Amino acid sequence: MVLQILFIAFVIAAIALFSFNFKKVIRNIRLGRPVDRFDRPGERLKVMLKVAFGQTKMVARPIPAILHFFVYAGFIIINIEVLEIMIDGIFGTHRVFSGLGGFYNFLIGSFEILAFTVLASCVIFLIRRHVLKIKRFRGVEMTEWPKSDANYILITEILLMSAFLIMNAADAKLQAMGAGHYTVGGAFPISQFLQGMLPESESSLIAIERGCWWFHIIGIFAFLNYLPYSKHFHIMLAFPNTYFSYLKPKGEFTNMQTVTNEVKAMLDPSFTPPEAEASRFGAKDVKDLHWANLLNAYTCTECGRCTDACPANITGKLLSPRKIMMDTRDRLTEVGKNIDKHGADYDDGKSLLDDYVSREEIWACTSCNACTQACPVNIDPLGIIVEMRRYIVMEESQAPGSLNTMMGNLENNGAPWKYSPADRFNWANKN
Amino acid sequence: MTEQLNFEVPTMADLIARGEEPEILFWVGCFGSYDERAQRTTRDICKILHHVGIKYAVLGTEESCTGDPAKRAGNEFLFQMQAMTNIEVLNGYNIKKIVTGCPHCFNTIKNEYPGLGGNYEVIHHSQLIQQLIDEGKLRAEGGESFKGKKITFHDPCYLGRGNGIYEAPRAALEMLDAQLVEMKRCKVNGLCCGAGGAQMFKEPEPGKKDINVERVEEALALNPQIVATSCPFCMTMLNDGVKFKDQNENVDVLDIAEITVRANGL
Repeated sequence: MVLQILFIAFVIAAIALFSFNFKKVIRNIRLGRPVDRFDRPGERLKVMLKVAFGQTKMVARPIPAILHFFVYAGFIIINIEVLEIMIDGIFGTHRVFSGLGGFYNFLIGSFEILAFTVLASCVIFLIRRHVLKIKRFRGVEMTEWPKSDANYILITEILLMSAFLIMNAADAKLQAMGAGHYTVGGAFPISQFLQGMLPESESSLIAIERGCWWFHIIGIFAFLNYLPYSKHFHIMLAFPNTYFSYLKPKGEFTNMQTVTNEVKAMLDPSFTPPEAEASRFGAKDVKDLHWANLLNAYTCTECGRCTDACPANITGKLLSPRKIMMDTRDRLTEVGKNIDKHGADYDDGKSLLDDYVSREEIWACTSCNACTQACPVNIDPLGIIVEMRRYIVMEESQAPGSLNTMMGNLENNGAPWKYSPADRFNWANKN
Repeated sequence: MTEQLNFEVPTMADLIARGEEPEILFWVGCFGSYDERAQRTTRDICKILHHVGIKYAVLGTEESCTGDPAKRAGNEFLFQMQAMTNIEVLNGYNIKKIVTGCPHCFNTIKNEYPGLGGNYEVIHHSQLIQQLIDEGKLRAEGGESFKGKKITFHDPCYLGRGNGIYEAPRAALEMLDAQLVEMKRCKVNGLCCGAGGAQMFKEPEPGKKDINVERVEEALALNPQIVATSCPFCMTMLNDGVKFKDQNENVDVLDIAEITVRANGL
C-alpha cells in the first residue's frame, strides 16, 4: 500500500514537473512573430504522417535510418508495456494484462525483441560516435554539452532496455518456481538467455525483479523530464514541427507585407498604406523570428545532416546550419530564463546576431536549400539566415561592400553590373 | 560567326505596333543580356523558338533585373521596387506566358511575383525544350552527333531543389544517344555551384576551397567530355572551375539549349 501511494505520488510529480517545463517551452515559442501555418490542414497532416511517422526523409542514409527506425518503433510500441506497469503500480497488481493469454505472450515476446533491437541500435550509435567518429557528429558547434547530451540519451536507453529484460528474466524464473504473486504469463524469447546469470534464491530474484521494475519506471519518467533540456525533445516536437512545415516551393522566399505597403506608397502617391506596427525589418534576436522558426530550434536533434550537405561548410566556411539552429535554441532558452528572473521587458543587451551567430556565417550561405532538403524533420535554417540578412541590410545598411555595389547597380541600371540599360538588347545584334 | 543570329528577334514593342500578341514572352535575364558567355545561350534559345515557329517576343531594353539577387541578399525594398516595376511592364503588355533563360528569374517570377500582382504561367527553358521534344518538334537530327559522348548534368539549385524540376533538363540530353552519367550529388542532393544567394556578386568567405572547385572536381572525376547545366550562374561558376583545373581544353561546359541547337544543326 505504501508503495502504491509512493508510486502514484511519483507519477503525479513527474507529470506536473514536465507540464511546467513544457508550458515554458510553449511560452518561449510564442515569443516569435506570427506566421500562418494553419492553412491547408489536409496537406499538413499528410506531410506529418509521411515525414514524422513514416520517416521518409531518413532513408536518404539507409544505415542510420534502419537503426533509428528500430529505436523509434521500439520506443513507441514498448510504451504499451508502460501502460501495464502504470496499472500494476497504481493497483498493486502484477502483469494485469496476462489474462489476455496467447495474445499477451505475443505482446511480451514482441516487446522483448524490440527491446533488444533498441539496445543493439543504441550500442551501434555509440560506436558510430566514439569509435568510428563519424564526421557529422563533430564540428565547432558540437561542444561538450551536445556530445554529453547524446551520450546520456543513448546510455539511458540502453539501461532502460536492460532493466526491462533483466526484470523479465527474473520474473520468468519466479513464475517457474511458482512464487506467490508472480502470475504465469508472457513469452521471453530474449530474456531467457539472461536467466542463467541470475541467482537461484527467491528473495534475491524478487529483489532484482522489483528493483528493475522501479528502475525502469522511474527511469522513464526521469527521461521525460530530461527532454525539455535535451536535443532528444525531437521525439515529441518532430510531429508538430512537420505539421507546421513550410509548404511552398523551397526557392520561394516570403514577400514582406510591410515592405509591399511602403513600396506601393512610393510608386503610387495616392496609395495610403494601412497603419503598421513599428517593428524592425528582419531579425536581430529570436523574438524577431516567427514562431515556426523557434519551434524548429527546439525540434533540432543535432544530427548534422544539414551541415554535412551545406556547400559552404563542406568547403571550410564558418557556416553550419546546425549551429544556426542550436544558437537559436540556446538564445531562446536564455531569453526565457531572463523572463522568469527579471520579467517580460528585461533586456540583457545580447542578441542572436553577433552574440551567437556571426556575420561571417550569415554571408556564407548560397541559399541552395541543401540544408532544408537534408533535414529529416523539415527544419528550415535558411529562413533564419535570410531574416538576419534582412536585418543587416535594411536596418543597419551593413551589407558587404561588393553587395552594396551590386545593389547600387541594380537600382541605377536595372542589372547587377555597371552596364547601361540601353545596351541590354545588344545580344541580338546581327553582325 | 555561326553563333550570330540570321533573323530579327521581335520585341514586345514591335509586336504591339503591328497589333499582334506573342504566344510566349522570352524573359532573357541580366546574365543572358550582358554576360558574353550567357548571351550565346540566349541566342540559342531564340534559335529554338524561331525554328519551331512559336510566336515569341522579348522585352529588349524594357526588361530589368527581377530583383532576385537583392532579395537573396536581404534587400526586400529593392526587390519589391524591381518586381513592381517589372509587373507594371508585363501587365501593361498583357503577358500571359513567360519562358525564362535562367532558374533564378524563373523562380522569382513564378513564385514571388504573384503576391505582388504578377500572375503568369512561367516555365524555364528546359521545360520548353522538353515540351518541344515531347511534341516531336525537336529531334536531335541534322546537326552535331553526341553519340557516345560522356555528359554529366549539374542541377541548378533554383530549378532542382528550389522548384522540383529535375527531369526536364535531362530530357534534352536523353534524346542525344550520348552516355549520361550522374554525379553522386545529383538531383535533390545536388551540390550548389556556389553562386546562389547573391554569392555571385561577392568574394566567398574564408574557407579551404571554393565551392565551384569542389563541384567541378566531382564532375571531372567522371571524365566527361561535356558538363551540362541550365543556369547562367552555374555556367559561370563551372567554367571558372574547369579553367582552374586546367581542363578547359578537354571539357566543355554547355547549356542544354546550346546542346539542343548543336544537335539539331540550328
